[in-house]
Parts: sequence; C-alpha cells; structure tokens
Amino acid sequence: MPSLILGIESTAHTFGASVATSEGHILSDVKRVYIPVAGRGIHPREAAHHHSSIADVVIRGALRDAEIEAKGIDGVAIALGPGLGPTLRIGATIARAIASKLRIPLIPVHHAIGHIEIGSLTTGSRDPLVVLLSGGHTTIAAFASRRWRIYGETEDITLGNLLDMFARSAGLASPGGPVIEQLAAKSTNFIELPYTVKGNDVSYSGLLTAVTKLLDTGTPIEDLCYSVQEVSFSMLAEAVERSLAHTEKKEVLLVGGVASNSALRKKLEVVADEHSAAFHAVDKKFAGDCGAQISWTGTLAFGCRLFLDIERSQVRPRWRLDEVEIPWR
Amino acid sequence: MLIRKGAEASIFLEEWHGRQVVMKTRLPKAYRVDRLDSSIRLARTSREAHLLHDSKRAGVPTPTVYEVDTATSTIIMDYVNGPRLKEAFFGMDDSNLTRTCGLVGSLVGRLHSGGIVHGDLTTSNMILRDEEKLFFIDFGLSGYSSEPEARGVDLLLMSRAFKSTHFTLHSRAFKAVLDGYRLVIGRKDTECVLTKMHEIEKRGRYSERTQTSLVPNI
Repeated sequence: MPSLILGIESTAHTFGASVATSEGHILSDVKRVYIPVAGRGIHPREAAHHHSSIADVVIRGALRDAEIEAKGIDGVAIALGPGLGPTLRIGATIARAIASKLRIPLIPVHHAIGHIEIGSLTTGSRDPLVVLLSGGHTTIAAFASRRWRIYGETEDITLGNLLDMFARSAGLASPGGPVIEQLAAKSTNFIELPYTVKGNDVSYSGLLTAVTKLLDTGTPIEDLCYSVQEVSFSMLAEAVERSLAHTEKKEVLLVGGVASNSALRKKLEVVADEHSAAFHAVDKKFAGDCGAQISWTGTLAFGCRLFLDIERSQVRPRWRLDEVEIPWR
Repeated sequence: MLIRKGAEASIFLEEWHGRQVVMKTRLPKAYRVDRLDSSIRLARTSREAHLLHDSKRAGVPTPTVYEVDTATSTIIMDYVNGPRLKEAFFGMDDSNLTRTCGLVGSLVGRLHSGGIVHGDLTTSNMILRDEEKLFFIDFGLSGYSSEPEARGVDLLLMSRAFKSTHFTLHSRAFKAVLDGYRLVIGRKDTECVLTKMHEIEKRGRYSERTQTSLVPNI
C-alpha cells in the first residue's frame, strides 16, 4: 500500500495544502495567496492573519480533491522553514493539531528541499546542478554525501527580491516578476546597468539601486524592465555556467517561483546546451510555493521515518539548505 | 587543440614561435545581449592580462603573458603543465595536504599584500606543477583592492570551494589556508578580513526573506 501524506506550506505569501502518495502521484494541490496592498511588501502579521482565515478551506479542499478522508492520511508534512516566523507558525500549529488528533507522525520538511524534490519528480531529473530561485533563495547547489552542497548564491538580496522591490518602486502590481516579464517583452533597448559576479556568486543590490534611480528620469519602463531582466538573468546564467564547469554535472534543474520566467529559462537552456548538459525546469504549475512540494517531500521523509515529536517541532525561520541531512537520495 | 572548455573561455594548446602556449579565448555568450557581452569580454581580457603580470610582482606564480588580442578577447600565455588543485588533492596524504593548503594561504596573502584580489578563488583555478609549485590562473574577475570587503569575498569563495567540492577536507584544509595567510598578512589583518567574511556570509545567508524585504513599508 502506498502511503498518503498531507503536506502544508505556509513559509511566506502562500498557504497551500496537498495530498501526495509515496508512488509520486500528487492527488491534490490547493492554495490561496496573500496579496499585499499595491506598492507594499509582504507584511508578516497580515500574511499570517490571511493564512489562518483560509487554512481550513484550503486543507478541506485538498482532502476533497484527493477524494480521501482525514483518517486515511498516514502522516502530516509541514514546511518548518525557512520563512517568515508568523506565517510558519500558522502552518505548524495546524499541522501539529492534525497530527495529534489523528495520532499520525509529524514530518518536518525544508521548504527549499521541497522545491528541489517536486522539480525532480516532475522532470525525472536525477543528479542535477540545481538552480533554486524562490522569493528567499538564489542558490546553486548539487548533491553529494547526504547533503546539498552550495556552489554559488547571492551575496545580498535574491533575484526574486530584486524583481519584487523594483516592481514595487515602479508602482507595478505584485508579485513583480510576471509584470516585469510582460513589460520587458515589449522592448529591446538595452540600458547599461551594474553587472556583478563574484566567483560563482552574484550580488544584486547595486543593480537594484542603479535601476531604481533611473525610474525618475523618464526612461521608458519597458526599457528598464528589459534591461534589469537582461543584466540580472545574465549574471545568474554566468554563475550557473561557472558552477557547471566546476562540478561537470550533466543536468541542470531550474526550480522555484522565478523558474516560470521564459526569458530566464531560455538563457539557462543555452548555458546547459553549451556544456552538453540536459536542461530541466519544474512544471510551471509547481514552480511557485505550493502544498505539493511539501506533501511529496513528506512522502520521501516518511519512507525514511523522519518524524518529529510535537514538543520539538518549533519553526525554523532561518534554516539553511546545506544543514539538512537527506537519507533518501 | 581545445584542451578545456571553461565557463568563461575556451583553452587551446598551441605552438607559438616554437613554444608551447595556452591560447585563452573568451567566446561570445549567446545568453548575453551583444553590447553587454562585448564589454564584459573586453574588460575581463585586459584586466586578466594586467593582473597575471602584476601578481608576479606580488610574488605569486602565474603563467607569463606573451600576447593579448582585445579584438578576439584572446590571451596567449605560458602553458603550465600539471593537475588543477582540485585533482591534485586526490591521493594527497595529510601532511602534504596541510603543506599545500598552507601554500595556497600564503599565496593569497601575498596577492592581498600586493593590493590585489583574485575574485574567483577555487581549486579549479590553481595548478600544481612538479608537486610543489603552485600557479594561480583565471584572473578575469580580479582587481586592485586592499579593502577588507574584497579580501573577505576572496576568502569566502575559497572556503565555499572547500565546503562544496572537498567537504571531507573542509575544516582541516581551510584552517591550513588561514595559517598560511596569517603568516603573510599578520594576525590583526587576518582577523579583520575574517570578521568581514562572516559578515558577507550572513548578508545572503540564509536569506529566505532578508531584512530588507521583511520591513513593511508603512
């Protein structure tokens, strides 16, 4: 009998719930996303309030879509971090309650590992160089000896932060990435902006300052969007290429919310091709934060009996990807 | 003959005026718009040529530059025959490892004393010749700086290279690097650079929502 795991995601904007089987079927994936007031960033307490107000609807929806009853579940997987304390605690509180009521194991999942595993599941990628681009990560990693080893990352803000903060300053709708992508597609007029690669690392804060300053100069917003995408994506592509040359991996796997951007996908595809590596990108449906990344990773952890006592299940807002031991790979 | 396709450049082994040389060409990158791409290739080629030369003055062995062609972003330089440090580590015994890492540290220290930062310190960018002489290569991201920030990035990249690629050796190897570095730069400056290194590390790390995005705009 395959096991059935309920997964709950609440690290940031998204409250998601999903049921997955240990055979790799995602039976349901329901989510609701907190949208901050235009021009503002995520407000942790308001996001937490949003999550707590819709949590029951989302979880019931996930069970209904999966056509199972609560008592049919074998374990509850919860993203304990990294993320925002207030939103993490909403998901964790609910997960603990379900686990204790149903007397089933509570399974801790690292949010970023969720992105990687759902990417691996949906693309069939086996031993990739992972490019993880979510709101909180700009990280290049590869697996060796039970851990994800980090080859490159941002030295300040993430690519997602850069796009969001620029969009916010420009008064564009949230989330910023998709709006910037649409506007960028209307221009090919390249404006020079700071390009900062340090080894396999990138640094986006200088770029953000420079492009934000140009907002008041009358430069068309399409040109700014195009140029900020070109420069930031090219920097990342270079960091990926460096890591690829160094690790000599034969696959590249792009995961995380920013993975939906087509211009970015194209650039990384070129890099992978150049080094005879296969290019995979997570299915757009599972690119952004979702319950499925947690439920599926939960089944893998469940198989290794990685359970956590409720007393020890405090949230981990700053949990590092390379701290997590992974027995299933 | 193409001997290595790096991330930034292709490396050819050629004969040039009766000498065996390496021809390093920065080929255009299809993923960058032309204007950005050509300015990057030009800047890095000329920077690399200068810094390969100036590093010698700082006491760090590097391949000798014979010719630079900015039109094709090509540098012709001495061929240094030997394994990259990344490969040379395999099969090294403990004392040899400590000695070699100490040498890495002292060479980084000499670069820094000479006002140079490498900008891309990994074990792929060092060649061990005759099992004892270490050459630094790949100066495309290097620069002139004596700021603790730039030096801190150098050490951070070095530490990361050990942590990711040589994770079983990391703590021993990096300690030996620091020992060698301290002997050249001195205790006080080393502490200053290390403090900066940890600060830089924390800036991006863990970073699922950094402070900048945590602050609500109210």
